[in-house]
Amino acid sequence: MREIGIEQLLVVSTILFFIGIYGFITRRNMVTMLMSIELILNSVCLNFISFNKFLHPDKLDGIFFTLFVITIAAAEAAVAIAIIINLYRSFKSIDIEQADELKY
Amino acid sequence: MDISAIIFYIISSIIIGGALLAVTSLQIFRSAVYLLFSLLGIAAMYFYLENNFIAAVQIVVYVGGIVVLIIFSIFLTHNSGMALVKPKPKKVFFSALAVFVALILTLNIITQYKFIPENKIAISSDIRNIGLQMLNIAEFGFILPFEVVSILLLAAMIGCIVIALKRN
Repeated sequence: MREIGIEQLLVVSTILFFIGIYGFITRRNMVTMLMSIELILNSVCLNFISFNKFLHPDKLDGIFFTLFVITIAAAEAAVAIAIIINLYRSFKSIDIEQADELKY
Repeated sequence: MDISAIIFYIISSIIIGGALLAVTSLQIFRSAVYLLFSLLGIAAMYFYLENNFIAAVQIVVYVGGIVVLIIFSIFLTHNSGMALVKPKPKKVFFSALAVFVALILTLNIITQYKFIPENKIAISSDIRNIGLQMLNIAEFGFILPFEVVSILLLAAMIGCIVIALKRN
């Protein structure tokens, strides 16, 4: 068994990314699609941290990118949930295929 | 196999198992709880990589913030306990096929690429170094993105209130 290096971490984050993609394609419920997006963003963060840790240990840039990704993910989740609640008020459903009308 | 590798494989199995259950479970509340386990596994992975500050941020923001927000929105928009609509078998088959092919391709590239680590002195990723460099106005400082992100957060907060405001 080899020592844990960057390859193993990249394999884990790749699998996580594609699980998120699978959920994003197959789900029809908006809240579960949002959960898939969170999985995708987390895999990206894990990538940044592992590249920073193993390839460029003398810099902190990966950590800053991860912090910004987490911040923007929080803002995005809040806005998405506000939109979902608003859609639920007008359509009484959060199924993505029933919300097919714009304002006019 | 040493203990470090065993811990790594336990954490990875928690992450991937939680993620798989989160995207396939038909009970939406259970799906959110599996997502919680997956995010906690990511935080454990950050601890494993000795990035304690990022792990703490991950727990506070994701586990304490986003998952709670998602559970709130589930309660606001669902009769809890109602099962989700099962996706069509054709759709599941073709998405799984596409994802599987892309996964194999990417894993192939990752395992064949030779990563060359830089043999430089590692800088400690403790909170003091992170804070000093993030708020640095000299070269390689991150003060401008920091301010831009703070404006983005303010805009998101106002936007949420405006969108979710009840009009009558």
